[in-house]
Order: sequence, then C-alpha cells, then structure tokens
Amino acid sequence: MSGPDTQTPVGASVFLSLSGLDDLIRSLKQSGYEVVGPTLRQGAICYDRIHAVQDLPRGWTDRQEPGHYRLERREDDACFGYVVGPQSWKQFLFPPMSTVSLAELSTDGWRVTANDGANEPRFAFLGVRACELAAIAIQDRVFQQAAYTDPIYAARRERALLIAVNCTQAAPTCFCESMHTGPRCSSGFDLALTELDDGFIVEVGSQRGATLIATVATVGVTDEQLQWAEERRSGARKQQRQMPRETARDTVLGNLQHPRWSEVAERCLSCTNCTQVCPTCFCSSVHEVTDLDMTRVERERVWDSCFNLEFSYMNGGAVRNSIRSRYRQWLTHKLGSWHEQFGTSGCVGCGRCITWCPVGIDLTEEVVALAGGST
Amino acid sequence: MTTPNAECRSTSGCHVSTVTPANPWAAHSAEIVAIEPDYAGVATYCLRLTDPARAAYTCQPGQFNMLYLPGVGESAISVSGYDAASDAWLHTVRTAGQVTGALERLGPGGKLALRGPFGVGWPLMEILSTSASDAPRDLIFAVGGIGLAPLRMAIEWSIRERAKLGRLTLLYGARTPSTRLYPAQLDDWRQQGIDVLTTVDRFEPGWTGQIGVVPDLIERLKLRPDRTTVLTCGPEVMMRYTARGLIARGVDPSDIWLSMERNMQCAVGFCGHCQLGPTFICKDGPVFRYDRLAPYLDIEDL
Amino acid sequence: MAAKPRLAVFKFASCDGCQLTMLDCEDELLALGELLDIVHFLEASDRAEPGPYDVTLVEGSITTPDDAERIRHIRQQSRYLVTIGACATSGGIQALRNWADHEDFLKAVYASPQYIQSLATSTAIAEHVPVDFELRGCPIDKRQLLDVVQSLLHGRKPHTPSHSVCLDCKRRGTVCVMVAQGIPCLGPVTQSGCGALCPAYDRGCYGCFGPSVQPNLVSLTTQFHATGMATPDIVRGLRLFNAYAPEFRHESERLAGDRARECDAPTAIAEEVQS
Repeated sequence: MSGPDTQTPVGASVFLSLSGLDDLIRSLKQSGYEVVGPTLRQGAICYDRIHAVQDLPRGWTDRQEPGHYRLERREDDACFGYVVGPQSWKQFLFPPMSTVSLAELSTDGWRVTANDGANEPRFAFLGVRACELAAIAIQDRVFQQAAYTDPIYAARRERALLIAVNCTQAAPTCFCESMHTGPRCSSGFDLALTELDDGFIVEVGSQRGATLIATVATVGVTDEQLQWAEERRSGARKQQRQMPRETARDTVLGNLQHPRWSEVAERCLSCTNCTQVCPTCFCSSVHEVTDLDMTRVERERVWDSCFNLEFSYMNGGAVRNSIRSRYRQWLTHKLGSWHEQFGTSGCVGCGRCITWCPVGIDLTEEVVALAGGST
Repeated sequence: MTTPNAECRSTSGCHVSTVTPANPWAAHSAEIVAIEPDYAGVATYCLRLTDPARAAYTCQPGQFNMLYLPGVGESAISVSGYDAASDAWLHTVRTAGQVTGALERLGPGGKLALRGPFGVGWPLMEILSTSASDAPRDLIFAVGGIGLAPLRMAIEWSIRERAKLGRLTLLYGARTPSTRLYPAQLDDWRQQGIDVLTTVDRFEPGWTGQIGVVPDLIERLKLRPDRTTVLTCGPEVMMRYTARGLIARGVDPSDIWLSMERNMQCAVGFCGHCQLGPTFICKDGPVFRYDRLAPYLDIEDL
Repeated sequence: MAAKPRLAVFKFASCDGCQLTMLDCEDELLALGELLDIVHFLEASDRAEPGPYDVTLVEGSITTPDDAERIRHIRQQSRYLVTIGACATSGGIQALRNWADHEDFLKAVYASPQYIQSLATSTAIAEHVPVDFELRGCPIDKRQLLDVVQSLLHGRKPHTPSHSVCLDCKRRGTVCVMVAQGIPCLGPVTQSGCGALCPAYDRGCYGCFGPSVQPNLVSLTTQFHATGMATPDIVRGLRLFNAYAPEFRHESERLAGDRARECDAPTAIAEEVQS
C-alpha cells in the first residue's frame, strides 16, 4: 500500500479499487476541482459535473452508426464501458460561450477590460479517451502555441487535471487507430485508468498525477492484472473504419473541383453538427451584448461554424455561398490545410462527425470517393 | 483635404518587430481627432489613442487595426498613416457596413476602442536587404481604389529610402477622377520622383489621363523585371490580373506581394473566419507573396 | 430634448402571443419606455394615437379584405415597419387554409357564412406591403425583439442569425434528439432564435422560426423517410406555424403532390411601389 509519503513515480502503475475511485473524486473536489466526467443525460453519455462514482454511467454502453446513437445495457457494471458521446472536453476548455472583454463608457471614453482568464474554473476531467487527449493537444496548438495565446483557453487548460481512461471497445464509427491517435492513452494525461472487473489499473503520467493518486489508498499491481488490462485494451483495436492517414491531405487538397463535393452537398444539411461535436473544430464568432443605453458592453464569444453562410460574409456577400463550398472548406481544412497551419491533421478519428450527422455523412467514405475509389 | 505628413514613429523606419499584445482581446481607448473626407463614402479618420498603454503602440506599413465600436462591433481597417502633429493614426475607411456606418455617425470627438496592430505588413526590410547598390530594386505600387490606403505608408517609406532603391512607380486605378484617394499627395509624390501613372474606369470632364484598368498600365511600363518588386492592393480580380500581366512581362511571382481582405473577427487566427486555403488572412497576411497564394485565388468560393 | 421615437404595435390575424412576448419583457419594457414613446399598443394600454409612427411592429397575417387595406394605411404611417412572428412573416398556422377550400370552412364554422368577409389565403405582411425587417418565431423571442428595437434606435443591423437550431443545441449542450432518440426534428433546417428550446426537453424542433438560410429540405425529409416516417406525417410536420414559408411550402408540396393557392393579392407590392 502506498501512502502520501511514498509517491508512485511517473510511468509506474498502481491498482485502485472502485471505492478508491470514489475517494479520488472526493479528493479532487476537496482540492477545489470541478470534477467533470461521463454521466447519462438525454439518452446519451455526456460530460457533466459529477460528485461520486454513482454518477457514472455504470453498466451502460453506446451503439453507434452513421447518424445513429443508442444507449444499451451492458452485461457488467463497468463505469467506462462506452466509447465517446456527443460532447468532448472542448466544451470545458473552449466553452461554447465566454466573455472576452467588457467595455464601459464614461466621459473619458470607452475603457475596455479584457478577460485575462483569472476567474476561469479549475476542472478535473475524468474519462478522457486517447483520441480526446490527441484533440486537446491539437487545440493547444491552435490556442496557445502561435503568436497569440487565448487567455480563456490557456487558463482553463493550465489548471485542468486530466484523468484518462483507456478504451476497451471501439464503436463502428471509430478510426483512431488509422489516425495514430489511439486507442491507447500514451501521453498528455496526469493519470490513465484501465478498467478491470474490480477496479482500475492506474498509470501515473505526471507529477501532478503522482501527487493526486497519493491522496487515496492504492495497492501494487500484479502481472496478472497488467495482462488483463492489456487484453481489455486490445478490444478497442478492432476498428471497422479507417482513414487513409498518409494520403488524406493530398486527396482533399488535390481534388478541389471534384464532382464528389456536389454529390455530398446534396446530402449535407449544412446544419453545423459535425463541427460542433468535433473535438478540434475551433471556429467562433464574437457578439456585442449591450445594456439598453449602451454604456456597458460585453463581447461574447460563441461557437460558430464554417457551415454557416454568414460565417464568410464580407461587404458584398458570402465567400462560400453554397453547401458544396462549405463542406469542401470543412473537409479540406480538417484533413488538409490543418497540417500546414498546425503541423498535424485536424482529425483524431473519434467518429463523432459520422455518428452525429443527422443524415450520417461519413468523412472516411468521402475521402475514399475523392481519391477515386468506390464507396 | 489636408494631407497629414504621415511618418512612422518607430526610429528604424517602420521595421520594428510588432509588440505582441499579451492578450488579443485587450483594446486601446481611442478618440476621433479629425475626419478628413476623401470622396463620397470614403473618409480618413485620425484616431488618437487615449489609454495609458498607448505609448507601446506602433505599427508597420500594411498592418491593420480592429476598430471597435462597443455595442456595434469591430471592423478591420489598415493603418494608412501617422500624423505626428495630432499624434493620430490614420485610417481611410469606406462606409459600407454597420461598424463603418456607426463610425461615420460618431463624428469628430467620437470615442471608440481599437485592437492592434495585427497581421504581417509589406516586406520592406526584405526589399532593402536585396537592394544592392549596383542593382537597386525597382518598386511598383499597383493600386486599385481605396487600396492606396494600406500602401500609403509604404510609399512614403520608399521616398525616405529612395537613395537605396531604384525606380519607384505608382500605378493607380480609380473609378473616376474624383474618386482618386489623396490627390494632393499624388502630386507631391510625383515631385518627389515617383512615376505616378493613373487611370480611371469612367471619364469625367477635365480628365486628360488614361481610361482603363490598372493591368492596362502595365503594357507600356519600362520594366527591369529581374530587379522589380511589386506591392499591390485593390480588388482581388484587379490584383490577379495585375500579377498575371507583370509575370507575363517577366517579373518573378515571388517578387509580387498583395494585400488580401476577408471577414475577420479575432484578428489573431482563433476564430477561423478569414481562412483562404491554408492561410489565415489575419495573421499570416494580410500581405502575402503572390506565388504562395496564387493556387487559391482562382478557385471559386474557396 | 428631442422627442422620443414613436412606437406603435398593430395586430392582424394572430393569437397575440408575440405581443404577449413584448409584455413579457417587463423590466426591459420600462427601460424601453424611457427611450421610446409607445403610442399605440392596444394589448397593453387604451392609448391609441394616430400616426405617423417611427417604429411599427406588426403581428399577424392578412386574411381579410379589410386587413389588406388596413396594412397599407399602417405602412403609409410608418417609418420602419417590422413584422413580428410566424403569422406576420409567413402567414402562420392559419395559412393551412391555403391548401384547402376556405368556403367549406366558412360553411362548417359559421351559421350565416354570407356575413363573413374573408380571403381565401392567409399571407405574410410582406406579400402586401414592403417590410423593413422580419422577426421570426412562434412566438418571437424576447431577446431578439429587444435587439431589433435597440438596433433601430442606434441605427445598427439587428443581430438575428440565420443559422440552424442545431448550433444552438450544441452550444447549450443538448443531445441531438434525432440521432440519439430517433425523434424527427426540423432543427437542421430551421432558423435559430428560440435558443433551441424543444430538443432540450426531448422534443423535435417544430420549425417555429421558419426555414434557416439555404436549408436542405430534401435531404432531411429523405432521412425522415429512411427512419420510417410516413410521407403524410412529414408533410404535416412541415405544415405547421411556417407552412407557407417558401422552402417549407415547396418541400411539403413536393412530397404531397399538391399545390397551395397563391396569395390573394399578389400584385399588392407592385402597386404600392408604383403609387
């Protein structure tokens, strides 16, 4: 048994019982974290504030197909026996609505106070999947590794504690393996759990994680447990879908006038769902929120989408005035120009855009079609 | 209009590296010192910063500010000069949308805010560094309409640096003779040795100059293509045809620079609105080398 | 001090729900009263001053010959005419009559139908007079209404996005009811404005704010079919509060194979412009 004085080193693993996980959640709350984890809501597994293990979707799993998601009972009581739901951690690091500045009018003129992030919340995320770790790493590049840093994202990100969970199964919509973003959590976490029947193998990923796991009772892992964990994790490698990772970039950028764009536009609703569920999409708009006499004005940043006609509006009209051009913008950005902008694909293979498209458009299918293959 | 003597505050001739604001959402307080009408619907707003952080503000030719009218919104406007007498940064604005409309209604003394400067300006340092004493660089400024505004500080810079540069040529196309921007300054520049060629789309009584579009002016230019750098700003179609015309005359595509425009909201590459191909117009531009952008300019709705 | 702008509110064929939304503004209404002189708003007060008006809000659709005349008079008296709500912007639920025989309705409802003067169609205000701004919704959203009034006062463009309800669902964290529960939902083709209310309560969107910009109706109804929804049900879904909005109307007619009656006064705007 390890106590506070004998911390588990980074890279090492310990065994945490189910009640130990409860203690861990309590410990996080006592340390001032808002603990966010998976929980059942509206027929799906959503990330929300949780207080104890009983808030987790125990015994539930998800069944996913293009345009289709259903909850189902599992045969066991697993806490993390599902894949990914409609939301990602983007919801918390890059919130759908946030105030970026406040302008106040006095006789001297306008005084603008920018949000410096000081009051942003401190989250502990429980249940971050490998593809989601990859997505967070990508948004890190977008919001804090260029010339400017977004103060809201940076503050939330810096404070956030990431407890990852290795997948033990894959949905038919998953393709993280082909994107090299999963299914195994390899880096970017403070702790990573693999769920067994009676508890969790906990891998320590950072000093912060080591300090945290030392606050609860754990025991050493046996070789047998490590082997079970490996077997469990292998279940997530059976993935039906694939993205041609090496060629997708050239395929989308090299076929800007391909007739397939018009074909997919026949189906695409331009409803923005794919961009909103995508854990890396970062487009936003800023609106003025005023009081009636316009002396106190907040600037509110809200999630937006390249699928909106207004998104590319300039004096004189919208640049992308058709669903065809907007779908093309999304896919060529996600799989193509993202590389040039951020040194990585914008896709992590989580499959959310496939599941949550109301008409089930599958980007892996579109890439194959653009490359000239049959679908 | 009285043309303010625009000059850069930075000591090294506008080439100081931009001070990156710690917080992209921070804004300077500003007031309208004066409004110089240019022609119908276009005016130059002289904006003085009034907040304590104003001393840190400086900008390079070709960069832009987000003019912020709280409650109305923001508009990306390039900086067209600095007037030392009034300590004001000049912004030549066409009243087109709601922000510029509200700016017009504010009038002199009006209060607003301003974020910036943003973006990458004209490659003036690069031009100087490749301008050898035995083969100095020739500069062509190819301008359509209000596109003269983002180039004004660059033209003034070229006059200051003219000992190190070769021939300076301004090709300027406007709709009509009376919608030429900064007409007094055009004469001034002529006297300072810039070859100013103007053309208009539509004749007006008294006009004895050329009628036509900017690319037409290229045909009669005396060019030394191997030592020519082109800075162009105007409608996208005008810039495209200008670039093609100059390339046909032997100018290297990598020696042509253009200034682009798109919907911009954050100005720092976070909001996604201004993308064109792999570029964010706001932070990778607005000034781009033509050969890097050319593949994306010809595709409709990109 | 300059006189405050004069605001008037008028009602045509409607349920008064949009005017109630105005009353629901409560605190803001008092503040509005500071900025505007509300000179005609019968739902709230018996003050009924004649025009001219600076801002006129019009609720309801045109369903009678008298109304068709009255709206012309109101237009003449109004500097800015803003229509509020689904009835005024697309004809409302009562536009269902446009696919039926209103004479039959009259006979069925009234003992002496010969005394009833009624048009064969229910149509949007904009089909009769020029409209400066159309505010969607059944009922309208109070934040959007306040924004429109405020915008007019400050000479800026109202902020009424044209995107789909889906974006609002995602912003507020609502799970897609279509994907997760198989509930047919018009959200992907409906304009935002309500704050994505119904899906948050596990109901599909009813399309209260009318078609979003460039909606892909054919793809969505094809998906409805694929998930087992019968054509008459899809048609009924499209023929609700905004049945006569062009995009919803054309899709329901494509599916049903019928055609609605055209507006009773199709030349009204042309005449207005000429006069």
